[in-house]
Amino acid sequence: MTEIPTSRHSAFQVLTGRFSLPAAARIGIGPTIAAVILVVIVLASLLAPLYVPYDPLEMNAMARLEPSSEEHLLGTDPYGRDTFSRVMTGGRVSLLIGVGAALVSVAVGLVIGLVAGYIRLADAIIMRIMDSLMAIPAILLAIALVALNGPSLTSVIIAITVPEVPRVVRLVRAVVLSAREEPYVEAAIALGSSMPKILIQHLMPNTFAPLIVQGTYICASAILIEAILSFLGAGVSTEIPTWGNIMAEGRSYFQLKPGLIFWPGLLLSLCILAINLLGDTARDLLDPRMKKREG
Amino acid sequence: MLTLRPTRMHTRGLALALMAGTALMAPSALMAQEGETTVTAVMHSGLRVLDPIITTAHITRDHAYMIYDVLTAVDDTFTPQPQMADWEISDDGLTYTFTLRDGLTFHDGAPVTGADVVASLNRWGERDSGGQLIFDVTASLEAPDDKTIVWTLSEPFGPLLDVLSKQSAVPPFIMPARVAETSADETITEYVGSGPFVFNEAEYEPGVSVTYDKFEDYVPRDEPASWMAGGKVVNVDKVVWTTMPDALTALNALAAGEIDYVEQVQIDLMPILSGNPDVTVETRDELGYVTIGRPNFLFPPFDNKAVRQAAMAALDQESMLATMQGDPEYYNICGAIFGCSTPLGDAVGSEMLTGGSDPEKAKALLEEAGYDGTPVVLMAPTDVISLNNQPVVAAQALREAGFEVDLQAMDWQSVVQRRAMQSPTAEGGWNLFFTNWMVPEISDPLINVMLNGRGDEGWFGWPTDPDIEALRSEYVAATDDATKKEIAVRIQEHVMDNVNYLMMGEYVIPQARRNTIENMIPSPVPVFWNLTKAAE
Amino acid sequence: MVAYILKRVLATIPVMLIVAVFVFLLLRLTPGDPAAILAGDAATPAQLERIRESLGLNEPLLTQFVTWMSQLLGGNLGTSLLSNTPVAGMIADRLGPTINIALMTIVISVALAVPMGVIAAWRHRSWVDFLVMAFSVLGFSVPVFVIGYILIQIFAIDLRWVPVQGYASPSDGLGAFFSRAILPSLTLATIYIALIARMTRASMLEVLGEDYIRTARAKGVRENVVLFRHALRNAAVPILTIIGTGFALLISGVVVTESVFNIPGIGRLTVDAILARDYPVIQAMILLTAGIYVTVNLLIDISYSFFDPRIRY
Repeated sequence: MTEIPTSRHSAFQVLTGRFSLPAAARIGIGPTIAAVILVVIVLASLLAPLYVPYDPLEMNAMARLEPSSEEHLLGTDPYGRDTFSRVMTGGRVSLLIGVGAALVSVAVGLVIGLVAGYIRLADAIIMRIMDSLMAIPAILLAIALVALNGPSLTSVIIAITVPEVPRVVRLVRAVVLSAREEPYVEAAIALGSSMPKILIQHLMPNTFAPLIVQGTYICASAILIEAILSFLGAGVSTEIPTWGNIMAEGRSYFQLKPGLIFWPGLLLSLCILAINLLGDTARDLLDPRMKKREG
Repeated sequence: MLTLRPTRMHTRGLALALMAGTALMAPSALMAQEGETTVTAVMHSGLRVLDPIITTAHITRDHAYMIYDVLTAVDDTFTPQPQMADWEISDDGLTYTFTLRDGLTFHDGAPVTGADVVASLNRWGERDSGGQLIFDVTASLEAPDDKTIVWTLSEPFGPLLDVLSKQSAVPPFIMPARVAETSADETITEYVGSGPFVFNEAEYEPGVSVTYDKFEDYVPRDEPASWMAGGKVVNVDKVVWTTMPDALTALNALAAGEIDYVEQVQIDLMPILSGNPDVTVETRDELGYVTIGRPNFLFPPFDNKAVRQAAMAALDQESMLATMQGDPEYYNICGAIFGCSTPLGDAVGSEMLTGGSDPEKAKALLEEAGYDGTPVVLMAPTDVISLNNQPVVAAQALREAGFEVDLQAMDWQSVVQRRAMQSPTAEGGWNLFFTNWMVPEISDPLINVMLNGRGDEGWFGWPTDPDIEALRSEYVAATDDATKKEIAVRIQEHVMDNVNYLMMGEYVIPQARRNTIENMIPSPVPVFWNLTKAAE
Repeated sequence: MVAYILKRVLATIPVMLIVAVFVFLLLRLTPGDPAAILAGDAATPAQLERIRESLGLNEPLLTQFVTWMSQLLGGNLGTSLLSNTPVAGMIADRLGPTINIALMTIVISVALAVPMGVIAAWRHRSWVDFLVMAFSVLGFSVPVFVIGYILIQIFAIDLRWVPVQGYASPSDGLGAFFSRAILPSLTLATIYIALIARMTRASMLEVLGEDYIRTARAKGVRENVVLFRHALRNAAVPILTIIGTGFALLISGVVVTESVFNIPGIGRLTVDAILARDYPVIQAMILLTAGIYVTVNLLIDISYSFFDPRIRY
C-alpha cells in the first residue's frame, strides 16, 4: 500500500503508454469529478480554521467518545475533542505532508538524477546507492527515520521522502539518458555549451512531464504512508491532527465508534482516489506516445 | 501493622463479577491437547528480557514469579510471611537467621541450598536500591549449612523483612548459585528456578509467546495463597502467555473463546465484552496503580520550588484520570504519595492536587517565582497506551496556567533513553515526564525510588533533598508501626511542599477471563497458581 | 545467459554492502539506548553505564562495525541485546508465518486479478471494465488496516466463519492454517489485486490489437484459447514485473497486517526491534529483506526470457 509510486512508477517505466483509462475517464467525466472532489477537499481543509466549531486541541475529559449530536457533528474522540474539527483540520496537515513529500522528493531526485544521467563517473556510484536504498523496505526505513528524528512534521516528511528519492532519480536518469542522444543536445555539446547550461536548458525540460505525473503519485502515497506510520506508533504527535493519527487513535474503538476511523478514512480515500485519477489523466495528456496510440 | 482502609475501589471486583450471567458452554477454537489443561493468557506486554534482577519490567517480574520462588513474601495485609524460609531475629535486631523448608528443588533436580540463596541475595543486593541499603549495613551474609542462612548486620535495619518481601521492582528471586554468580550487569543465560512452573525454553518466542509447564516436584506451603505468600498450588498443566499488539483483537479473541484470559482490559473497550455470558470482567488487583509526573530538578524552570508548586496547582487529577480511564469506577482521586489504601498512605496537604485545577493560583506562584517563559520540555510517549494521555492533558492544563510547554512526542524507548540525560533541554535534556507505578512499588519510603534525595545518585529528575534523606534515615531506624506512620506523614507533607513528584491519582485495570477459569486469587501481580480451568 | 546471471549476481554485492553500512550508521545515530531499555524503570546512571559496557556499546563505532561484519561473514547474525537469544533462531521462528501468508497472498491475487484484467480488456469499455478499473483505483486508496478491520468485523465477528486473530502452521492441520490465514491474505491481496488487474488489462489491451490475435480469431480459434493462451502469454512480462516490484509493497503490508491479525511474523519482529532499539535484530532483518528484494527481482529478470522468447541476454 505504501509503495504505490514504486510499482506504478516502475510500471510506468517499463510500459510507458500501455495504460488506458476507462471510457468515462477518457471522455472527461472521471477527471472532472476527481478534480471537483479534490478542490472541495483542499478548500475545506485549508479554510477549516474559519468554520470548525471547536479548537481541534481543546480537550474535555467529561465529554469523551460522545456520539454525534448537535454540539458535536461527528462526536468526540478519547480526549473529548471534537472529531469534526479534528478531521477537517487534520486534512490540512495530511495534504501538507503529501505535497511536501512530493515537492521535496521530486526536487532532490531531479538534481541527483540529472547529475547521474549526465556524468558517467557519478552515475555508477549514485545508482549503486540508489539501488541499495530501494532494496530497504520503505516502511521499515521510514519507521527508523522517524525514530531517528522524533515524530515531528518535518521528520515524517523526510522519512516519507527518503525512500521515494531513488525512484525519482531512476526516472530522471532514464529520461536524460535518452534525451542526450537527441540531435539538438548533441549539437549543444558540440557548440561547447557549459555542462550546467546543457543540463538545465536542454535536458531538464524533458523530465517535467513524467515528474508531474510521478509527483502526484508520491503525494497520494505520502498521505497513505503517514496514516500507516501513525498506525504503527511512528507518526506525527497527537497535538498536530492528521487523518492518519486520528485514525490511529481510533483504531481501538473501531467496533464501538467506527466514525473515528470512517470519516478521516473516507476523506483520505477520496482524496487519494482523486489525486491518482488526476495523475493518470495528466500522464495521458503529457505523454505524446500515449496520445498517438489512443488516437 | 495497620489494617487496610477500604476505599470504594474495593467493592468493584464484586460488582463486576455480577456482570457475568450464567456460563454458557461455547466450543473453543483452539482445543488443548487431549487430557491436558492449558491456560492461554494475553499479558500486558511481550516477554523479552528473562533476567528479573537486571530489569524492573513488570512482565519480567511476572515471569520470575512463575519459575522462581522467594524466601519471604507479603500477604494481603502487607505482612511478610515465610515462603521458602522461616526466620528468627536476634534480640539486638542485628542477626537474621533463615531456615529453608523441606522439599525445595530446582527444576534441574538439584536441591535448593543456603549457598544458592546467598549467591542470589548478593546479586540482587548489587542491583536493587532497597537491597543496597541493607548491604550498606551488612557485616556478613553466610550459609553455615545447606538449610541455614545467617545475615548479620552492623546496625539495626528495621524494615529488612519488608524490603526482602517486596513484591515488585526487583524482589530477590532465588536462583542456583552458578546462575546467580553472573555479574549483575550482564543478563543470565540459564533459566532454572525452584518455582511452581518450569520455563519451556523450546517454545519461547521472545516478544510473542512463552510457555510454562507445571513443575511436578514443587511442594507448596500448606497455608492458603494470599498475594505472593501461602501455598502455590498449580492445577493446570500448561500456561501460555501471548502478546497481542492490538487491544481490540485480544478482547475479540477472548469473546470468541480463542484465549482464556486478558490481563489488562482498556476500560473504553469493555462494552465489547458486556453481554457476553462466557466472560467475566473483574478487578483482582484492587491496589492498582498510580500515575505520576516527575519534574527535573537540575534545570529551569523546575529547579525552582515555586514553579513546581505552580505545576501542582495547574494540574487536575480528575481530568487526567478521566481521560485515561473514562469510567470513574476505575480511578480514585488520591493525593497520598504512598497510595490511599496502604498502611503508610495519608493524603494530608494534597488539596492542591485533588481539588481540581487552579490556574489563578498557578499564575500567582509563577509570578512570585519570576517565571520567564522558559518552555517546559514535556516528553510524550506515543506507543504505550497507559502513558499516552497524561502528557497531552498536562500540556493543556499547564498552558492555561501560563506555562510555555514544548510537548515532544516520541516512542517510549526514546523517553527511557532521554530521561537518563542530565543535560539542559537545548542539549537533549528534559523538564517533565509521566510514568505509572504499581501501588506496592511506591507504598513505602525505601521502596519508592522517587523519594531518593541523593541528587545524581538518585532516580531521573535528581533532586538533592537532604531533608527527605534525613526522614528516610529516621524511617529505617524506626521499629514500631506508629513511629513509621508518623514519619511517613511528615514525608507526605514534605513532598507536598517540595513537589518531589506530582501524584496524579490512583487507577485500577480490570482483567477479563473466560468463565471456565476460576479461583484466580486477588493479587497485585498476576499469578497462575491456585486457578482452575473447567472443560468448555 | 550464464554470463548475464553471473554479472547480475556480482552486482548485488556492492548493493548489499552499502545497505549494511547505511543501516549500521542509521542505528548508531538514532537516539535510544538498549541498556536503558534493558534496565527498566529504576536504574541509576552508574548502573546504566556498566550495562552499556557489558553489551559492548561503548566500543568505537568502527570496532563495532568490524565485529559485526566479521560475525556476518562467519554466518553469525549475532545475539539479541534484549532477550540474549541468537538472532538467526528468532528470525527462523518468525519466517514461516510471513512466507506462508505472502505466498497465499500472491496466489489469491494472481488467481483473481489476472482473470479480472483479461475480462476487462476483453470487454473493453463495458460496465465490467469500469468495475474492474474502479476497484483497482479504490484498492490503492484505502489503508491496509481499515481493510483488515472491516474483514474481521464481517467474517470473524458477525459471521463467525473464522477466528479473529492468530496463526497456525500448516503442520498443525490445513484447516487451522487456512481459517487463520485467509483474512490476512485477503487484506494484503487487495492492493495486489488492484495493481495486477490494472496491469493485466493494460497489457492485454495492447496485445489484443496485434495482428496475430486477429489472425487466430479469423482462423476460428476459440475465444478463451485466444485470450488465455495466445494473448496472456505475451502479457506475462509486465505482470511479472509488477509481482517483483510489488514485493516491497508486500513487506510494508505485512508489517501492518501482522499487527492487526496478531501473526508472529518477521514484520512485527522488525517493528518491535526498531522500537526497542535491538540493534542486531534490526540489522539482520533489514539485510535479509534487502537480500530477498534483490533476489526476487533477479529471478524475475531471468524468468522474462522464459515467458517472452523475444528477450535474450
